Amino acid sequence: MSDFSPPGTTAEERVAAAGRMNPVTALRGIFAAIEWKAFAAILAIFLAAFYLPVGTPRFDNAVMESLHLVKWYAREHVVLCLVPAFFIAGAIGAFVSQASVMKYLGPRAPKPLAYGVASLSGTVLAVCSCTILPLFAGIYRMGAGLGPAATFLYSGPAINVLAIILTARILGVELGVARSVGAVVFSIFVGLLMHLIYWREEQRKVEAALAMPEPPETRPLYQVIVYFAAMVAILVFANWGKPDSTTGLWHAIYSAKWLLTAAAAAVFAVTLVLWYGARLGKVVAGAALTIAAAVAYPHEPMVPFLAGTLGLAFVTMEPDGDLAEWGRLTWGYAKQIIPLLLGGVLVAGLLLGRPGHEGLIPNAWVEGAVGGNSLVANFFASIAGAFMYFATLTEVPIMQGLMGSGMGKGPALALLLAGPALSLPSMLVLRSIMGTRKTIVFVSLVVVLSTVCGLIFGNT
Amino acid sequence: MKKLAILGTGCAKCVQLAHNAEEAAKAAGVAYELEKVTDINQILSYGVMTTPALVIDGKVASMGKVLPVDDIKKMLS
Repeated sequence: MSDFSPPGTTAEERVAAAGRMNPVTALRGIFAAIEWKAFAAILAIFLAAFYLPVGTPRFDNAVMESLHLVKWYAREHVVLCLVPAFFIAGAIGAFVSQASVMKYLGPRAPKPLAYGVASLSGTVLAVCSCTILPLFAGIYRMGAGLGPAATFLYSGPAINVLAIILTARILGVELGVARSVGAVVFSIFVGLLMHLIYWREEQRKVEAALAMPEPPETRPLYQVIVYFAAMVAILVFANWGKPDSTTGLWHAIYSAKWLLTAAAAAVFAVTLVLWYGARLGKVVAGAALTIAAAVAYPHEPMVPFLAGTLGLAFVTMEPDGDLAEWGRLTWGYAKQIIPLLLGGVLVAGLLLGRPGHEGLIPNAWVEGAVGGNSLVANFFASIAGAFMYFATLTEVPIMQGLMGSGMGKGPALALLLAGPALSLPSMLVLRSIMGTRKTIVFVSLVVVLSTVCGLIFGNT
Repeated sequence: MKKLAILGTGCAKCVQLAHNAEEAAKAAGVAYELEKVTDINQILSYGVMTTPALVIDGKVASMGKVLPVDDIKKMLS
């Protein structure tokens, strides 16, 4: 006879429970025994499959659009743009001293400096959105205070290195620059406004001493600059877009882009060996592989580029030290972000289709809600962005889909500014850090400023 | 017995650090107690701003990175 009692009970407890049996406990017992969660999941999947609208043109088309979009991303953006971006983000984590930035966000930092640093430090301090909230809490309670903390919170997600690179690449340089500049400038406004609104209030400073990260061995600044410049140059030249005209500087660079990329790569390799302790043998092997690939596939630059990337990965595979840390961080970002981006692309493709095509959502709806540059469109985009959750970088394919379906560039910027910084879950965490009222004020400021930014940008 | 605490809001990096810490403790043959602190106010009380962070016997051992198993092992022995 089957036993319907909850698992983990002793015989005595079951007897006692039987004595207390009533409909509620009986039902509870049945629920616990029949794995109702598993059953509900299977039922849901079955119903979805049963009612799947395969065969309706809109749905089939949307699925194809989703797949087309994934393929396009894989072909156009992953090797030449996303992979170098991961290496750059990893390098920032491994080689840029977080400590020297954080000291400007401490309790004794001069306030104007704190605001400036807070608005820019997102590039250096936080690539992962999960580190932004603890940092915000720290700056608010133990560091420079509510103003700079709010500044950091608004600008951080918008100016992390990966976000800038991917936005510029996929949504265009104009929007990439507008997003970054808008986030930085208006973050200072947000911070100052928060500070002004609450300046009479005394902040409860937590009693702990601020645990500063250890200062690393200092590397001469020029080395860091050349190293990063070389990496950025590789990224920029490899992705140099084809201009419409066939004359002028832009076109000249475009014709020579792979030579320029190779030159930057050579400089990069030299810095690795000279200043960053890379093993000469490994670097030479990587370079040889790249050159061999370039000779073997002279018309497909992605192949030697990929070979170079593999060579670089090989160089970072050390047992210990800064290079190994760089490799680990880079790989960590790749593991974390690629699945999210893939998911975002599939969903964006399904719902919105490629630019110029339709997905499940008709273009007319998108145009009606957020087309043009009206106040309503900007405001709607801003509010929707504030509440929607965007995993790191997923805002880019979703924005691309929306813009391709008729969203105006003003509302696009509004969404880009409000979206990544906030979401319903993050608002709840913020509430636990600074209370309901301040959270409402902050969210309102973000929505209003994003709307304004969008309106201004939409009219340029 | 070493008291290990992982400070973090629960993203993949914190999970990885917790895993590495446990591996290191087992490899070092050290008796340990592992606690995961996810509440932001509690994290702040350690004076930590960058997560994930590792706390050994009440002292902050590292902040803002996922330490590899070997590094943690060295700290525990």
